[in-house]
Amino acid sequence: MQSAAATMGSHSVEMAQAAVPGPAVQAAPVLEINDLHVHFKTHAGTVRAVEGVTYAVRPGEIVAIVGESGSGKSVSALTVMRLLPPATSRVVKGTIKFQGRNLLELDDEEMRKIRGRDVAMIFQEPMTSLNPVLSIGLQLMEPLFIHINMSDAEAKARAIELLTLVGITDPANRLAQYPHQLSGGMRQRVMIAIGLACNPKLLIADEPTTALDVTIQAQILELMKDLSRRLGIAVIVITHNLGIVARYADRINVMYAARMVESGPAEAVFGTPTHPYARGLLGAVPRLDRPRTSKLQTIDGAPPNLLNPPQGCRFRPRCRFAIDACSVAPERVEIAPDHTVACHRSAEIATLDTAASQLVSQAKTTLAPTTAQPMVDIRGVSKHFAVGGGLFTAKKIVRAVNDISLSVRAGETLGIVGESGCGKSTLGRVILRLDDPTAGEIFFDGTDLAHLGRDEMVDVRKKMQVIFQDPYSSLNPRMTVGQIISEPMRVHDITPKAECPARVAELLTLVGLFPYMALRYPHELSGGQRQRVGIARALAVNPRVIVCDEAVSALDVSIQGQVINLLEDLQEKLGLTYIFIAHDLAVVRHISTRVAVMYLGRVVELAQADELFSNPKHPYTRALLEAAPVPDPVVEKARPRAIIRGELPSPLRPPSGCVFHPRCSIAQASCKTDVPKLEERVSGHFAACPHT
Amino acid sequence: MILFLVRRILLLIPTLIGVAVVTFFLIRVIPGDPVVVKLRADGAAVTEETIQAERKRLGLDKPLYAQFGDFVVGLAHGDLGNSLWTGQPVLKEIAIRFPVSLQVAIMATIIAILISVPLGILSAVYRDTWIDYVVRIIAVSGLAIPSFWLGMLMILALLSWKNWLPPIGYVSIFQDPVANLQATIMPAISVGYRYAAIATRMMRSALLEVLREDYIRTAKAKGLFQKLVVRRHALRNALLPVVTVIGLEFAFLIGGLVVTEQVFNLNGIGKLFVDATTRGDFNLIQGLVLMIAVIFILVNLVVDLLYGLLDPRIRVS
Repeated sequence: MQSAAATMGSHSVEMAQAAVPGPAVQAAPVLEINDLHVHFKTHAGTVRAVEGVTYAVRPGEIVAIVGESGSGKSVSALTVMRLLPPATSRVVKGTIKFQGRNLLELDDEEMRKIRGRDVAMIFQEPMTSLNPVLSIGLQLMEPLFIHINMSDAEAKARAIELLTLVGITDPANRLAQYPHQLSGGMRQRVMIAIGLACNPKLLIADEPTTALDVTIQAQILELMKDLSRRLGIAVIVITHNLGIVARYADRINVMYAARMVESGPAEAVFGTPTHPYARGLLGAVPRLDRPRTSKLQTIDGAPPNLLNPPQGCRFRPRCRFAIDACSVAPERVEIAPDHTVACHRSAEIATLDTAASQLVSQAKTTLAPTTAQPMVDIRGVSKHFAVGGGLFTAKKIVRAVNDISLSVRAGETLGIVGESGCGKSTLGRVILRLDDPTAGEIFFDGTDLAHLGRDEMVDVRKKMQVIFQDPYSSLNPRMTVGQIISEPMRVHDITPKAECPARVAELLTLVGLFPYMALRYPHELSGGQRQRVGIARALAVNPRVIVCDEAVSALDVSIQGQVINLLEDLQEKLGLTYIFIAHDLAVVRHISTRVAVMYLGRVVELAQADELFSNPKHPYTRALLEAAPVPDPVVEKARPRAIIRGELPSPLRPPSGCVFHPRCSIAQASCKTDVPKLEERVSGHFAACPHT
Repeated sequence: MILFLVRRILLLIPTLIGVAVVTFFLIRVIPGDPVVVKLRADGAAVTEETIQAERKRLGLDKPLYAQFGDFVVGLAHGDLGNSLWTGQPVLKEIAIRFPVSLQVAIMATIIAILISVPLGILSAVYRDTWIDYVVRIIAVSGLAIPSFWLGMLMILALLSWKNWLPPIGYVSIFQDPVANLQATIMPAISVGYRYAAIATRMMRSALLEVLREDYIRTAKAKGLFQKLVVRRHALRNALLPVVTVIGLEFAFLIGGLVVTEQVFNLNGIGKLFVDATTRGDFNLIQGLVLMIAVIFILVNLVVDLLYGLLDPRIRVS
């Protein structure tokens, strides 16, 4: 545990290490949750959202609660704050002891005095968690006025101190600003500052970085760890992403379907994960620190419905190692000091799993670059948007896509990766001609799309399809799955009407669903199933190219792996070409043949996937890779850590010269004036930086 | 800020030109000759010559484009012409009726705000309790009961219990405040109730929406008092749609109180509008429509300014 922060790079943390020697294992826990049960009343019945959760948090310790959506991780945290909706939720059993007091027995006024004073909470969405009509200063000073009775001048001084603490520049002037004037990363820093205002003993962070880009995520997590160590605050981090907690958490609690299935020190849970679900979660994410495998080991099926959960072990229906004994719910038992697991077969699972997984894990061989004619060839494509502009003001131009040339060969997957606002989705839309390019040519199979008329585009549309990010909003809720899938066939007159149902059934089977689901509506399906319907719809017209725009980012980890495997299978079976747009580096590396890295509308690096990730040339690619988390504390602690500075500049005012120079660690004077060209370094490896 | 105001007021001009053109031609499409209506109103036997002469006197014998030319030239000089019926300038006819309509509209708006904002807040904060149910019944009744009927009930009630009738005729509030309020308070209440009902429902649903927002959860997590969470964090955000409804309703009230004015015997814009229409008084109708268009535009401008005050995101730089 002592070593947890030993390799932290930041100077301030090293100083703090001397003062607070890591999380105090001996110290009495700040928070002890014991056998907590929370139920929700719904029209359909009682949802048992949390069942028998027990854990403790000590001062200066970071405890991660990991689980998929609906596993009860957020509910258990909101119960600590007593912020669950009182009308529908009920704590059925259990105690939550905070500094010895049972929070569940306090009256509303006593609880209010604890909220924001002793226990603070940071929420997932920095964009919506701050009040848009109140100034940053007021929102930051409110807890100081309420809990500590500070005067205006004292509160203002403290607010400036807090903003400085969380790394916000020019804090005095920020106080008068409003949330919409700050970026997402800055808002999350403000949220943290609000949380820290009254020096709380416990900070609960519910998915604090999920909505942020990977480089900003690293900055925020580093900040939280630093503050926790320095100020001795106990921190609970709730997340679905195992990767981000490997570096920062001291202790991991894994939740599945309302229960805790595994708990232990980070090294133990990541080093020797034991519950089949925990093992599955770790196996289901592609990893940057390991060679690519041909298939992700996924967990079959989906988490159970908590209205009617399975008897015994909740994971039994999805577990490869389930036996008869599993029909009785297992207790959590200690398998190593301080490492507990709720599985009847915890002693034998490691051997069983290794034997089973050796069958599937083979190193993935990247296809040799084919010399085939490019399927999609983009030459000098730009897309500019005019923003604002009225009677009296000049229009501003956003160069969302700026002079990009790329080619995609038949049968390959071209990954396009970058942070939000880099133009990757716009590029996808331009390739599909959902947006018209401002300049440049797009050749699809030899024809230039940029100059085709509407009617001619219809023919091309058959051959190019798209899968969108959000499986909840990209399917029409008033159409059945069968109608959704057969619509493109009818529009393009591909399949005779009489044969549509048979074709729909065939497509549903192809994407791993069942033909009877054709009669269902989207809301009756889970997120993963909907995304499969989206894939089936794209396949309905026998396309040759599919643009996947963040196609797996909204899915839970175990489901994400299934969909990635499906996409790969389909590519092999049907000879599809993919343009795979995503922000998750590990996923992009896993699925892509070649990868293009975008920054502020430009491609800064392009290479074979393995080459790009093992030998990145552009400083931005390097920074992205360093910021991307790896779900292994040992690897994480050995990695160099040079967190990228600053934030993505506004595309309205892009920096001169190399757009990356303000954030670049090796920037030189010439970078401010010269726009670097994308040049071939090694065969097939292009980078737009002359200084590496 | 001043630039914004100037720009918005300049935008009035094209809008008004559009309104003027559309009303000018639309009224003339409607069948009915104002001169015939005026002279033969009581079934009097009037010769064709007299009618032609009157038509000539009023300039209605000219071709349509010439009439339109006269109208536009007059408009540019701020002259809306004379009423075809009374011969008085249109502006004067409107000016006589405008104060009473404006006063009733303002009073009804004040009443509506005083009722709707607190009731809407109570209803949302105590959602699904008896308080909410009572408020919702009050609001639904306000929508269901016609204002003029409520007005008649009020008059009857006062007559039978207190043997009191509101004074007939309008006196300016600056001359005789008591007589003025006696004449206007009851129409203001009867209209204001319906108006409050609409605004209450809007207040309730907007506040319920806002109370589900993430930043309300943040405010609670800070340990703020419930009162402060509602007053400081929720109310301002929830007021935006309420301000819109109140603004539109206010503009509507100025010209739209036809029946209520009748019930309370008020000589207001609504009554003038009905009279002008039945008499086919082209010039007066044009003047009234233009006036109401100006009021709608000005009210919208005020609403937009209030938006900026409430929400920094729409504040003009």
